[in-house]
Amino acid sequence: MTTMATTRRIPPLGGFSPTFLRLEFRRMLRNRRAVIFTLVMPSAFFLLFGSDGKYKTESAGHGNVTAYVMVSMAVYGAMIATTSGGAMVATERALGWSRQLRLTPLQPVAYVAVKVAVAMTMGLAAIVAVFVVGNLEGAELSFGRLLLCGVLGWSCTLVFAAFGLFMGYLLPSENVMQLLGPSLALLSFAGGLFVPLDQMSDVFANIAKFTPAYGVGVIARWPMEHDGNLGLAVVNVVLWVAVFVGGAAWRMSKDTKRV
Amino acid sequence: MNSSTPAVSIDGVVKRFGSVTAVDGLSLQIQPGEVVAFLGPNGAGKTTTVDMILGLSQPSEGSVQIFGGDARQAVALGRVAAVMQTGGLLKDFTVRETVELTASLFIPSRPVDEVLDRAGILDIGDRLVGKASGGQQQRLRFALALLSDPDLLILDEPTTGMDVQGRREFWHAIRSDAADGRTTVFATHYLEEADAYADRIVLVRKGKIVADGTAAEIKALSAGRTVRATLDQADTSALARIAGVDSVDVRGDSVLIHGSDSDEIARYLLNHTPARDLEITSRNLEDAFIALTGDDAQTPEGALA
Repeated sequence: MTTMATTRRIPPLGGFSPTFLRLEFRRMLRNRRAVIFTLVMPSAFFLLFGSDGKYKTESAGHGNVTAYVMVSMAVYGAMIATTSGGAMVATERALGWSRQLRLTPLQPVAYVAVKVAVAMTMGLAAIVAVFVVGNLEGAELSFGRLLLCGVLGWSCTLVFAAFGLFMGYLLPSENVMQLLGPSLALLSFAGGLFVPLDQMSDVFANIAKFTPAYGVGVIARWPMEHDGNLGLAVVNVVLWVAVFVGGAAWRMSKDTKRV
Repeated sequence: MNSSTPAVSIDGVVKRFGSVTAVDGLSLQIQPGEVVAFLGPNGAGKTTTVDMILGLSQPSEGSVQIFGGDARQAVALGRVAAVMQTGGLLKDFTVRETVELTASLFIPSRPVDEVLDRAGILDIGDRLVGKASGGQQQRLRFALALLSDPDLLILDEPTTGMDVQGRREFWHAIRSDAADGRTTVFATHYLEEADAYADRIVLVRKGKIVADGTAAEIKALSAGRTVRATLDQADTSALARIAGVDSVDVRGDSVLIHGSDSDEIARYLLNHTPARDLEITSRNLEDAFIALTGDDAQTPEGALA
């Protein structure tokens, strides 16, 4: 014991390490429900909504309608991945795991960084999965624009990491995603990811612009087709990030008694 | 390490949660190598004190020092490790993965297999934590606490959920570490564990220390001993005047004399009366525990230091 005492050190990067990432990925992939929800369901939804034969010949901006649906569904998939990543942080806190981790040198920032890295990687996988299925199903969009759509949609879905965190704090339970899954589908519908706004009634279309998935969808599709108002979309994303981060911070501050 | 630096130094600590005072002016020093039981009823302030020793919460008043320094720093360096009552585990990690993850955070760290073996769970390393029993999960927490080879080990109700066999093995491991010089502090409400495994028992009630000493000293402190003898026509007033006697009870031809100094009582009975068949019994730790921690208990004057 005393021989070790002289060499004890704090881990580099606050504990963020390849080992930590590897173990978290392995755990994530073991969760069959999470894999199905993020990797299979968005592609299935794409096939359901976007594989209509006539979409392939209808153009939408720089691509066809199939590609339009594909980008929207990719955003939906990434939303699910990042939301569940955010919700995991709060769930693990509720389970007392964060308290167990406080007996180690792990820095909270490093912990959140691992969670974000895992959630964003899953989000990326969801986007790639939909893009692959989409291209097999005849989506037409140049590779450069496709890449740009993917990157924009991917980074904007960080909004939903904050959403997951906030909801996880509000409903701390291991099954929080069973509630959040349908909510995300509803938000995606309301935000024009499943059905474009111009196919909704005016009232619905106006309400849609204030829901959190709207901004992300418009920004992600921007390189392909300028449908909707980019300025409004950016304001939408910024405001919802503020709401969710503020909400999560508020719940967190209520919850410091026994961390 | 300076040998005169206490492992734990708690000085005049008060901890309040709103209007509730959980710890009320507690001072305690624990020297390296001691095995100390923190014994008290639920709500006595044990877990709150453990939290402050680990730096998980800050005292409202007073100070806590671990090896002469900051508690959080000691935890981060792995000098202090703990098995917490409330520390959660993730069900969808395997037992081994949980240990691997924690091991990745400590530099240096003991090998994963070694701590699994010492905690007696090497054979279930690949089992999901959610499929492990309560006792196995508790052993897993113990394995995690061993990773940094800590100088000070804090155990909060460590054997909760373990069966008798598991408990015995667990304490065997703790005692063999303690023999190697590891300071161990455990909070418990199992009297027999405190009695059997601690060098020193600190009895707490309502956030205060009500007694501090060896198990034998604590028993004697509250309880004294009862001397029973066969004695016809006992002179009860004379018996009551023996030093330290607090009660004299005549039952038929038996007399029961209770007092703090059983030797003096026995000496008097044998030298000055025709008493025979002497029996001396001490109350057990449980009686002491109830006497010292019950709601109507009074803090004994001159509690052992």
